Parts: sequence; structure tokens; C-alpha cells
Amino acid sequence: MLYRETGQFKTSYSADQAVFPIRQDLVGIWLILAFMFLVVPFTFNDFWLNSIMIPTLIFALAAIGLNILTGYAGQLSLGTGGFMGCGAYACLKLTTFFPDLNIIIVILMSGFFAAAVGFIFGLPSLRIKGFYLAVATLASQFFLEWAFGRIAWLYNYADSGAIEVPTRRIFDIAITGPHASSMTRYLVVLSIVVVLTWVASNLVRGRFGRSWMAVRDMDIAAELIGIRLLSTKLTAFSISSYYCGVAGAMMVFLWLGAAEVESFDINHSFLVLFMVIIGGLGSLLGAFLGAAFIWNLPILLRSAFGQTIDAASVEHISFMVVGALIIFFLIVEPHGFARMWQIAKEKLRLWPFPY
Amino acid sequence: MSALETFVDAADETLLAVEGVTLSFGGVQAIKDVSFDIKKGEIRAIIGPNGAGKTSMLNVINGFYHPQKGKITFKGNTRTDMRPHVAATQGISRTFQNVALFRGMSTLDNIMTGRTLKMTTNLFWHLFRFGPAEQEELEHREFVERIIDFLEIQHIRKTPVGRLPYGLQKRVELGRALAAQPDLLLLDEPMAGMNLEEKEDMSRFVIDVNDQFGTTIALIEHDMGVVMDLSNRVVVLDHGEKIADGTPDEVKSNQDVIDAYLGVAH
Amino acid sequence: MGEILHGIFINPFIEIAGAPDLFVQVLWEGFVSGTLYALIALGFVLIFKASGVFNFAQGIMVVFGALSLVGLFAAGVPAWLALILCIGIMFGLAWGVERVVLRNLVNQEPIILFMATIGLNYFLIGFGEFIFGGEPKTMITSEIGLPTGSFDFEVLGGLVSLQQIDVSAAVIAGLLVAGLAVFFNKTRIGRALRAVADDHQAAMSVGITLQQIWVIVWFAAGIVALTTGIMWGARSDVSFALSIVALKALPVLILGGFTSVPGAIVGGLIIGISEKLAEFYWGPLVGGSIESWFPYFLALIFLWFRPQGLFGERIIERV
Repeated sequence: MLYRETGQFKTSYSADQAVFPIRQDLVGIWLILAFMFLVVPFTFNDFWLNSIMIPTLIFALAAIGLNILTGYAGQLSLGTGGFMGCGAYACLKLTTFFPDLNIIIVILMSGFFAAAVGFIFGLPSLRIKGFYLAVATLASQFFLEWAFGRIAWLYNYADSGAIEVPTRRIFDIAITGPHASSMTRYLVVLSIVVVLTWVASNLVRGRFGRSWMAVRDMDIAAELIGIRLLSTKLTAFSISSYYCGVAGAMMVFLWLGAAEVESFDINHSFLVLFMVIIGGLGSLLGAFLGAAFIWNLPILLRSAFGQTIDAASVEHISFMVVGALIIFFLIVEPHGFARMWQIAKEKLRLWPFPY
Repeated sequence: MSALETFVDAADETLLAVEGVTLSFGGVQAIKDVSFDIKKGEIRAIIGPNGAGKTSMLNVINGFYHPQKGKITFKGNTRTDMRPHVAATQGISRTFQNVALFRGMSTLDNIMTGRTLKMTTNLFWHLFRFGPAEQEELEHREFVERIIDFLEIQHIRKTPVGRLPYGLQKRVELGRALAAQPDLLLLDEPMAGMNLEEKEDMSRFVIDVNDQFGTTIALIEHDMGVVMDLSNRVVVLDHGEKIADGTPDEVKSNQDVIDAYLGVAH
Repeated sequence: MGEILHGIFINPFIEIAGAPDLFVQVLWEGFVSGTLYALIALGFVLIFKASGVFNFAQGIMVVFGALSLVGLFAAGVPAWLALILCIGIMFGLAWGVERVVLRNLVNQEPIILFMATIGLNYFLIGFGEFIFGGEPKTMITSEIGLPTGSFDFEVLGGLVSLQQIDVSAAVIAGLLVAGLAVFFNKTRIGRALRAVADDHQAAMSVGITLQQIWVIVWFAAGIVALTTGIMWGARSDVSFALSIVALKALPVLILGGFTSVPGAIVGGLIIGISEKLAEFYWGPLVGGSIESWFPYFLALIFLWFRPQGLFGERIIERV
């Protein structure tokens, strides 16, 4: 009964093109944001912030990145892990060279390095499509993994071969490193994710998003109406990698605190891909739902079976469950959680009088 | 200026000239040494039996296939080879035999995509959807709404085109092609698979486009009744060769054409 | 700069001339890896030809087959019985995949089916590890009657050593390919499979059910996977780490084309030999381990010039 758009007349095209054209949605999103910013940081304990909220947000951002490339522009990528790594290593090098530069700016800048790498590895997409392109992105994944492990300069010649995150402060508040509190890190992550999500929603609603989707749905027709395939695909690759890069930088600097090559391996590429599939290809909301689901499923399983079976088995079971769910979703609802949500909303509009 | 005047005015001006175009795939010759022209403001039909090379001809005109021989002059620029998006930039747009819409997008977005070439604001503004970017979206939205009104598809504005019936999809596709405000509009069997009523609607749109916007149209169609009624001139292809060219009446009485359609021992 | 170019283009030949026996040894190593890549690629090709599904899980099927064999043996089943049971498991897998996945996804876009096989991939990893445990295991090479010694040859004044297991891997791979060729060309079912590959509708109209065909190709691919798993397991441990290496079958497919059996074999050998040579002669220049990415780059460069693969036909795009 509450969810009605009757009486809400749009009197301008800009109102009709808003992100949330329905008033209830708009109110809802503001309530969620208020909860995330004002309630969560002060009521959730460290475990919740560190193991659930922060990683979910970071992976959601990576999933948005991959979604731009795969869900919107239709270019399948298995190289997400590598692009995330680019961001993380770039962030370390930047903050090493410019220790006084605001770390949030550094994190946002490190995405550009990932974008540049994504641009280069996107070049083959001019001639290569579909599965073949997936192999091209594997080339980037394995090459980057190799580079992260071999080039000692990238990890500042640390003996461990890992990124060790230095402490960086803004106004004397530790943002990164061992002294930073979960609450601070959570708030920084949340702010970055919210802003970048807003930017992504602007992009996909406008000319760029339409060009991406046109290339995805029918590349030949897109070219014949004047869309340049290469530049469209390359923008998608660059912007997608930017998001993955920022997510990677946040993952190391604002969540893990230290990271080796394994944090950016191909399994992470798959993890993010699964988030996108389960959440819904071509949906920003889906990226959040997918990330929340895939990331927290093992945690949920662990707390459900934690006493009866060992940790390794829980991990194996969550692999099975995720694998089976992927298949299930592709069969039942190829558009993922996001589409289910949409259908639910359509039903809700008419509820309780559907006829 | 009335539509009639536009036509009379421009009647002698050649918009597109195809000269000696030959196209082959491996050993198969799809088009053999075909020449014809399209005058500004006219509706030009390309007809012929299946496999005559009609669609290949359209593909050559908008740069999708690259002919081995021959040249194409459009608005005074001669070329033998070009990328499809260049053809689009010069003002050629088209619809497809098998509807080639962007299935995952709504009607509105499909037609908006047709205006891509007219949009110029850069990525920076689009990131924040601010200033010029927002302005541009609104201007183009207004134009697109006019097309939507013209084609009478207001009710399906927000529907994903994949869910639309075939006849409406064809209409949306026409809308997308119109959005680019082309000088030359190529229609590849716009009425294939339609019932009589839908055909009448589509014919009306084609005539209106030609009348109201002054758009030159090249049309492939199998329905002879439609072709004879709509077109100013007709070119007939058979086995990749041009066998006749002229007004509908001339073509109708041409012996080669009758043979090609009814089949005759060669 | 000159030094680098020298290192890339000239030094390798000096080294080859200096130690030809080493060169032959590296070639042989490459040949053996290539055989294994070719076998995995073969499994891909079988399935892709008959059902148009790009089976990402082929590499995992390899591990899964080997793991089942080792696991059953460890549970006290005699080796020969374990082998037979494994063939049964592969059939069960094929049947299950058809029932649960393919049947429900028929007529979906290829990319959806591809992602479904990634899901299958994960399911099999979890399932395999859950049942048999995640730690690496040793293949029961001698128990199932495979030789384990080595042949040593005098080559150009040096010693080249061939592991017997590698030799038998090559021989068995050859036999498997020959067997499949006979199956596809001479038997009724084999010809039916090719009919399906050419045209699903036509195949249905002459009375071949698609479901049967799918079970058969997935089973055939499963047998190929099991064989590959045994051979590979005999060279290193049996663990899911293999599945990452198995991804190298993808560049092989790009070289050979997705539908060509000879392509898979030639491509496999090219990838295997070139990656070992590159690793041995170029690897030290940049710190080693370049074989982890070299095949992908090779495939990319190749793809740029010949997008349809070695044996594929040129694609004409239509609208």
C-alpha cells in the first residue's frame, strides 16, 4: 500500500531521468545512507566492521568495475584480480614517493594506473570477441601476477615480498596502517564507495552507458549507427579498471593492511565475477547484492556449522554452494538478484490488489 | 517550403552514386559491376529475388562490406572503402532485415543511442552528470520524444525492446535510424513478416518521413504492391547484376524483370 | 639495449649450439607438457563441437578424475576396480551435467552456458575437496600398471633422459586421439555427433536426441580428462592447483581453433614446446617463471593475425 507512484507526476524530462524517479525509492536510499553513515560506525563491533562491512563494500566496488565491463559493455573479463593488484601496488608506490599527500587522494589516484593497464590490455578487444577476449584477459591476469611477484621495486623490496601498509594520517587521525581504527577505515571506504557508485550511475544512464550497452547487445548495429567500437570498448576497459584499481588499493590499505600476490590471483577474479553474475549483470544494485551475498555466505555457513565441522570443510561446502547457486541463478533468473528485486517492486506496486 | 517543393527543387541533384561496384566473398560473386544513383529527396526501391545481392548492396553503401571494385559517391565525396561509423557520420543510417535492436535496452534508450553522433560532451561532465552533460541529455530527450510521438510508440517508451512484438520492434528500429537525422535512410525490408495493417502503418511512416523531413530513402522490399506505390524509381538486381532501372511502371513491364521473378530457362 | 637484444635473439642460439643435449631435453619436456595441454584442449573441442558449450570446467574434470582414482584407492578399493569405478563416475558426471545444467539451459546464449560451466567448475572443486580432502596426493602410477623408470639416450655427446611415464603419456595420448578419430568417422554414434555439431535442428529431425548426444560427448570428454589426470598426476601431485595450469588449454584452443581436433594437438605441442624453450632461454633474462604467462601472450599475438585459429575457416560477418 505504501509503495505507490500514483499522484507523482513528472513535469520535466530531468525528473523522469533521475536515478530514483519514484519518491519512495529516494526516501529509502537516504534512509539507508543515514543508517550506514550514522548508525553502523557507532553500533557495530570490530568483527562486523572488519569482516563484513568493509570487505563487502570493497568487493561491491570491484563488482561495479567488472559490471561496467562485462555487464554493460559485454566484454567478459577474467582479469579483475590483476587490475585490483595494479591499484594496490600503485597506491603503495605513490604513498612512498609522496608520503605527505592525503591518502584518500592517493587511493583515488592509484586507480588511474590500473586504468592505464586496463587500457593496454583492452586493445586486443578491437579484434577479439567473446571467449577469445576472456583468454586475452587471462594473459593480463597471469602477467600481472607474475610481475607483482617478481619485480621487487613494486613492493618496496620488503623481505616478505608483500605490501606492508604504512601509517598515514589526515588531521592526525590514522587512516591506514596498524593504528587506524575500524571505524575510521569503514567511514573512508563507505564514502569512497558511495561517491564512486554515484559517478557510475551517472555514467551508465548517459551517453557512455548507452554506447556500452549498444556494443554489448549488437556490436555491428552499434558501429553502423556511428559508435566507434574501439574507443567505446577502451573507455569501458579503462573505467572498469579504475574501479577495480581503487577497490584493490582500498582492499590492501583500508582492510587487509598487508597483501601478497595471492590477494590478486585468479581466484579473486572469479570471486568478483560470481558477485556480478549472482547480483545481476548490468545492474549497480546487483553489484552490492552480489558482493554481500558471495562474501558473507562462507561467514554465514561458518557460524551455522562452525561447531560441527572443521574450517576447511566449511570452505569446501561454500565452494559447492556458490558453484551450485551460479548454475541455479543462470537457469532460473539469469539477471540475478537485481532482477528479482525489480520484479518484487513491480508486484509491490500493485499489492495488495494485484488485479 | 512544402514537401513537394523540396522534391521538385532537388530532383536533379544526385545524393548517392554507385559506380561499377563488384563484391565477392571467396569465390562467390555477390555483386557484379552494378551502377545506379539515388537522387536527393526520392524514395528509391531496390528489388530482386532472394540472393540477388540487395542486402549486400546496402552493406556496401554504408561501409560494412568493402567492394573489390567500383566507387561510391555520397554528397560529392567519392570513396571505395570506409569504416561503417564514417558512413554514419556522413549521414547514412539504416534498419536491418533481421531487427538489430539493442535488446537489453528500452525503446527510449534505443532511440537515444541513435543520437550518439550528435552528442559531444566529454567524459568529465558525464561523470557528474552536470552542466553540459545534463543539458545535452535533456535536449536530445526532447528530440527523441518527437520521434516517439511521430511513430506513435509513446506507450512502450520504457519497455525493453526484447519484449516487444515484431512489428513494434521494426518501428523502434526506424525510430533509431531517424534519430540520427540522416540524409540517406536505408531500409532493409521494413515490412517483412508484417500483416496488412502493420504494412499500411509502416508505409505511412515511410512516406511521412520522406515528406516531412525530406529524407532520401533507399528501400528493399519484396511486396510489389508496396514498392510500386511508394517508390519514385526502382532498381532491379538479379544474381548480383542490375537488370533494370527506372520508374515503377517501366520496371513492371520490363521482360528481364518478369523473367527473373517468374523464372525462365536461361 | 644491445645487450638485451643480444640476450633475446642471439644468446639462445649460442647456448643451443654449445649444449645440444640440453636443447633436446628441453624440447622433450615441452613435448610432454604439450601433449597434456593438447589432451585437455581435446576435451574442450569434443564438447564445443557437439554442443557449442565452452566448457571451462574441463581442467577441473581432469583433476576430479585423478582425485577420484587416488581417493578410491586410498579408501581401500583395488587399483583396477578404482579405475573402472572412475570411468563410472565420469559417466555419472556427464549424465548429471546434462540433466541439471544443459537441459535447463538449452537455447541460452553461449556466454550464459560458459558461465554455467564456471559454476560447475567451482562446484566440482568444492565437492572434490570435501570428499577427498584438499591436500595434494600422489598418483598411484605403478599400481595401475604404468612404468616409472627412465630411458637415457646419448645425444650429440650429452645425455638426454626420458621418463618412461612421459613416453607412455605420449603413446596413450596418440592412441586416444586415434580411437576418437575412429569413433567419430566410423561409428554410427560418432557420425551422429558430427551431425549435431553441424546443425541441431537437422540432427533432431533425423531422430537423434540431443540429450543422448550431450551425455555421450561429456562422457567422452570425461574419459579424456581422466586419462589426462592420470598422466599429469604421475608427473606431479594430484591437487586442484593443477586446474590453474589446465587453463593453458585456452591459448592452445586459440591457436588450434575451437572446433578442430588436429588443431588442439598441434596447438598443444606448439604451446608446450614454446613455453619450455622460452622459459629456459629467455626466462633468466627477466627473473624466470615466464611460462605462467608466455602462452597467453603467444596466443594473443597469434590471434591478432589469425582470429579464426590455425585450422578454422574465415568468418564472414552478416547483418
